[in-house]
Amino acid sequence: MINLLFGRRLPKIAVSGVAIGSVLLSFLWVLNVLSGLGGLEEAHIERYFTWIQSGDFNVGFDLMVDRLTAVMLLVVTGIGLLIHIYSSGYMAHEEGFSRFFAYLNLFMFFMLILVLAANYLVLFVGWEGVGLCSYLLIGFYYLKKSAGDAGKKAFIVNRVGDFGFSLAMFLIVVTFGTLDFARVFAQAKDMPVEAGVGTLTVICLLLLLGATGKSAQVPLYVWLPDAMEGPTPVSALIHAATMVTAGVYMVARSSVLYLKAPLAMDAVAIIGLVTAVLAATIGLAQNDIKKVFAYSTVSQLGYMFLALGVGAFSAGIFHVVTHAFFKALLFLGAGSVIHALEGEQDMRLMGGLRSKIPVTFATIFCAAVAIAGVPPFSGFHSKDEILLAAHHHAPWMYWVGVVTAGMTAFYVFRAIFMTFFGSYRGHHHPHESPWVMLGPLCILALLSLGGGYIHIPHFLEPLFPLAEGAHEPTLVYISVAAGLAGIGLAWLMYVAQPGLPDAIAGSFRGLYTLVYNKYFVDEIYDAAIVHPLRDGSRSVLWKGIDEGVIDNVVNGVGRSARNVGSVLRVMQSGYIRSYATWVVLGSVIVVAAISFLGGSR
Amino acid sequence: MQSMTSVPLSWYLILSAILFALGVAGFVIRRNLITVFMSIELMLNAVNLSFITFSYQLKQVDGHIFSFFVMVVAAAEAAVGLAIILAIFRNRSSLQIDDISSMKY
Repeated sequence: MINLLFGRRLPKIAVSGVAIGSVLLSFLWVLNVLSGLGGLEEAHIERYFTWIQSGDFNVGFDLMVDRLTAVMLLVVTGIGLLIHIYSSGYMAHEEGFSRFFAYLNLFMFFMLILVLAANYLVLFVGWEGVGLCSYLLIGFYYLKKSAGDAGKKAFIVNRVGDFGFSLAMFLIVVTFGTLDFARVFAQAKDMPVEAGVGTLTVICLLLLLGATGKSAQVPLYVWLPDAMEGPTPVSALIHAATMVTAGVYMVARSSVLYLKAPLAMDAVAIIGLVTAVLAATIGLAQNDIKKVFAYSTVSQLGYMFLALGVGAFSAGIFHVVTHAFFKALLFLGAGSVIHALEGEQDMRLMGGLRSKIPVTFATIFCAAVAIAGVPPFSGFHSKDEILLAAHHHAPWMYWVGVVTAGMTAFYVFRAIFMTFFGSYRGHHHPHESPWVMLGPLCILALLSLGGGYIHIPHFLEPLFPLAEGAHEPTLVYISVAAGLAGIGLAWLMYVAQPGLPDAIAGSFRGLYTLVYNKYFVDEIYDAAIVHPLRDGSRSVLWKGIDEGVIDNVVNGVGRSARNVGSVLRVMQSGYIRSYATWVVLGSVIVVAAISFLGGSR
Repeated sequence: MQSMTSVPLSWYLILSAILFALGVAGFVIRRNLITVFMSIELMLNAVNLSFITFSYQLKQVDGHIFSFFVMVVAAAEAAVGLAIILAIFRNRSSLQIDDISSMKY
């Protein structure tokens, strides 16, 4: 708030100071509160005030901390702090420095509301709030048309999801008479597991629709890659580490409902799996470094949904945390590369940067091995839990997951090799980023490497029972092998034999074009939804209803008033005596009418 | 009291109606602003008379109260009206009612 009001007059150092300071304070506060609350075996609820009261229906502005919230709080404030520090370096030469930090802080506020909420409505407030900030930050470079369009796209696509979320809330109110997490879940626990499609299943599917919007799942994932129009720290914070995991958080929070609706669980798992595969294949052929990571994010989010869908809620949250570490690092590293090349994002114009920006290279390499699932780094631990849970649920999901893991490793290392190996193909003079940017990178690198040893599923055990399923070494070896194979293939194609990719693209031209153009999903949506809507709006709503009906009614009222007036104005002679005559005449008529028609009695 | 009972109620009302009709006629026919103004007073007092008559007949005090109100309003109206007439006369040096017809379309 301070930044928004006074930002223009303050020097940049004060602006970033206030912004970083507030996030640092909230991070320390979270640490303090968590240590104060001890083990958090039970949820701790703070009730502030009654917000909406209507008959028996009550919604309070209540906040809640339990172990799930604690994990999310630490991630949000911790990563948020690092990214704020990084941004103060990255955005140093940009216009709208204070605006940027004001939006970023507003985002932090809403994100904390979201994870702290103790009922669905407060969660929805945070949910919409982060959506708003996402829109503002995607369209941050508002002079660029593509940025504005991307912002609008994100906002509109999210509306579809929010529509589902709202309907789900209405259904919850109707079914349970409350929106409080505690009371809803207490009632839901006593309900039987639904075999077919019952109320709970419908609620869960609607919530899932909301989650697919926010967390960029099929079919609503299209906004996320476009969201890369925003500044890179925003991509890291909002579109990789925190906001997009809100859907995962919400589904995990509602796990009690989902466990009673197996059909909805299957839907979650399948959507997750489809998203993971689809996005990974698109990621294979992108040339913009941020687009690669964006599709990677979509794909990893798909993994998280897969985890939720197969009942491994804690593994899903675990992957949220590790993903926040390494994906934030990947984006910040990409930002550092872009910064070094003064805004160049096309990987075909990079290369050989390994020696020019060694710290960035080292940190981004850590993130890459983490996401590829190489043991013993963080991505290995969480991805492994998910894959094992998937195998326990249905082996084919495991195999699809493994293939996707291989593709993940391939495209991330493809990006690394194209950027940092070979010879330099651009025209700028790369320079290493300042330490205010490299510091957060290094911390995140450490977290990416070691984050897997923070055993979050164990911490979350009071909320979600650990997914059973033997720790089968063969399965682990297979998934690791897939990751390594991906890396090896990327090495072969982009370092050892650089001509190979073009040859392959040449021999599979149709497939390559399909993947390169993202399966033409945007075009399909454009043709199937946007065009009919626009044409329908133009011909029916604009020409037909607006001009034909509404305009005619409005103009007609005006016209008839004028016509009546032009008749009546003859009476406005200006002579008092003529007015008086009219009055007398009128009263005579009234009196005569009353007396002839019999009066009141 | 005795004299009141000897005069029938209808006479009072007929007198009131005649006075009111005179007021209306004066208002419509006369051209001098002050005469028009006096016609208004005449109408008000004709109404007062019928109020009092009914009040007496029905043995209720409401009519008296109403007529007091009418008197008070009439006094105020007379003050404002005379002020307006004075202002008009100063501006136009005329009290002919048909000269004052600029308030029209």
